[in-house]
Amino acid sequence: MDHLLVANNITKKYADYVALNKVSISVPTGSIFGLLGPNGAGKTSLIRIINQIILPDEGYLTMNGEPSKPDHVKQIGYLPEERGLYKNMKVGEQAIYLARLKGLSKVEAKEQLNYWFDRLNINHWWNKKLTELSKGMAQKVQFVVTVLHNPKLLIFDEPFSGFDPINANQIKDEILQLREDGATVIFSTHRMESVEELCDHIALIDKAEKIVDGKLIDIKREYRSNTFEVALEAAENMQLLKQIQQEFRTSPAHFKTIGNELKLNVHLNSDQKANELISYLASKGTVTHFVEKVPSVNDIFVQSVSSRGDE
Amino acid sequence: MTFLCNQLVVEEMSKLKLIIVREFLAKVRNRAFVVMTFVSPLIFAGMVSLIIYLTSVNGEDKKLITVLDQSGLFLPELEKSQSISFLHFRKLSFTQAKDSSLQIGASGFLFIPDGMEIDRLNEEIQFYSSNSPSVSTLSNIEQRIERKLRELRLANYGISKEALSKIDTDFELNTSSFTGSQNLKGINEIKAFIGSAFGYLIMMFIIIYGSFVMRSVIEEKTSRIVEVIISSVKPFQLMMGKIIGTSLAGVFQFLIWIVLGGIVLIALTFWLGIDLQQLASTNAVANDSIEMMNANSGDLSKVNLYFNEILTIPWVGLLLLFIVYFVLGYLIYSSIYAAIGSAVDNETDTQQFIYPVIVPLILAVYVGGFSVFDNPDGPIAVSFSLFPLTSPIVMLMRFPLGGVPWWQIVVSILLLILTFIFIVWLAAKIYRTGILMHGKKISYKELYKWLKY
Repeated sequence: MDHLLVANNITKKYADYVALNKVSISVPTGSIFGLLGPNGAGKTSLIRIINQIILPDEGYLTMNGEPSKPDHVKQIGYLPEERGLYKNMKVGEQAIYLARLKGLSKVEAKEQLNYWFDRLNINHWWNKKLTELSKGMAQKVQFVVTVLHNPKLLIFDEPFSGFDPINANQIKDEILQLREDGATVIFSTHRMESVEELCDHIALIDKAEKIVDGKLIDIKREYRSNTFEVALEAAENMQLLKQIQQEFRTSPAHFKTIGNELKLNVHLNSDQKANELISYLASKGTVTHFVEKVPSVNDIFVQSVSSRGDE
Repeated sequence: MTFLCNQLVVEEMSKLKLIIVREFLAKVRNRAFVVMTFVSPLIFAGMVSLIIYLTSVNGEDKKLITVLDQSGLFLPELEKSQSISFLHFRKLSFTQAKDSSLQIGASGFLFIPDGMEIDRLNEEIQFYSSNSPSVSTLSNIEQRIERKLRELRLANYGISKEALSKIDTDFELNTSSFTGSQNLKGINEIKAFIGSAFGYLIMMFIIIYGSFVMRSVIEEKTSRIVEVIISSVKPFQLMMGKIIGTSLAGVFQFLIWIVLGGIVLIALTFWLGIDLQQLASTNAVANDSIEMMNANSGDLSKVNLYFNEILTIPWVGLLLLFIVYFVLGYLIYSSIYAAIGSAVDNETDTQQFIYPVIVPLILAVYVGGFSVFDNPDGPIAVSFSLFPLTSPIVMLMRFPLGGVPWWQIVVSILLLILTFIFIVWLAAKIYRTGILMHGKKISYKELYKWLKY
């Protein structure tokens, strides 16, 4: 697989504090990559290293196979967690300034800005100062600034924080469109559930170390526990439960249905098949709910952190 | 390969240029800056006019002094002058004279008793006034009486006034430099003053525009835009662009001030020109009347001499040195200011770091200034003009006086360049860590840690 960005054994220390300890990630070209982990795990340090804001103490980066060089920052669009623009500068003016710092000519910058302002319907903001805009509006401008120079790699730190749901959706759609058009996207966040459905690759980072990475589907397969969430309509719930418990390992399940069913998590052993469970349940009552419990990234994170702790 | 390198350099330079232009425009368009540029010369002109006006009002206030000279010896000495007029009482008793002085509202009453030895007279002459008399009035009267007393004493010893004027020699030490040209007395002070003006200019520029740099760093840091910018450019580029852009705005402001100042000066001379001349002539008349001054023509040629002497200052060298010291000194200090700005979250936290920066500047201007006036080649003056944090100011004070060995200039510039490299490196290290650091009270210990990041 083609990798747009590879970070190899990156170590970063701040005096005695280790922010990153031999972290390696590979971001496939055209993917949406989730860099996930709790606050303070080292995500922002890694992102800053990718943006060449800080240098790693050890390890190296490659972009498109080339070792990292200053020119690469032109191909990156970065939305930092801490958003901000010049308060007393006109929106259009500062967007053009920031685009030119990324290497665009004045004309190109203007063209791009026109395109994006039209697209997001914010053309009348051009001559406004940032102080005249609301926080959500400023975030939109910030998004435009991030993508203005057509970067190949888009990095969003805590992407949807600060957006109201409508704007968040609009921005999400724009990001997906950019990916369609060939960009590679990195989402970095501690709110893992917020990007789970978008990411196709993830890396989990905790306490300066990478604990899991790879294709999200593969990871989920690896962490699947053969657990099924079922709801069964029958006359005698308690009796039924006892019967099932003789055949299968179960645990109480918590989800909502509209009836008064027996709700269970059923854990299958390696020699038990899902189909056998369905036929068994069907013979006992009406199955109204049957879903494989796929572990969420959160679950995977908790599980992998605790298993690391056991070591 | 070289082509690629060149392209890279060109690109980085154009980024730097972009930053400089933005910083310049941001500064120049700032309302406070515009106000300061155009209003402060007005304030300054207003203040100067006010001072001139107040001085003239003050001068016009003529003092009336009543005199009861029972000895009759001092009458010729106590003639009216520009600032004092004397009213002589005759044939009045002491109390009568004192009372009538009060009644006519005289500023003071001078009593000289009769029939005494000169030595006793010395003790017995009294001056009465309702409120404490001004120093200039007192010294004026003292001088007059002193002159007469001296004359009387000389007469006692049998020396005539004519004989005295032959004995009395007006001696001034004529100083020359070893190269042979004659020095004028006081010219060194004037030259040192010219140098001080340049030094002072550097100090003011550093303090004003250094803190502009600092504020601009704080603004970028607190508005959090800085992370976006340094994802495009190196923090060092941003810092230098900021420093250069702000200083260009400063130079621009100074140019405006010079132009405005020129206009105001020309306007003033048109407006007040005649008045000034009149003032000068009345002064001259007044001076003549009390026979204080020597021949006026001699003074005029002296003025020319001073003027010529000032022209002998190596102006080209001075200006070149000014530019070198100005640029290096400003870069050193403003990078320190930038580093301070990067380390704090708001301006109120800057105090603890700013004092150590301002101390060498103040030391340079005051301690350095005094010792240069006192002894331009003394150990203090020399060491202050070599020490990099004070040399931009003190060397410029010493230089116009002449006689600064070239090696001292070379050493001080070399030290300055080394310090410049070191400080900018240090400041850049602090800066690139500081701008990304939020919500932390910063101590010197913390700053030291950043150097190792």
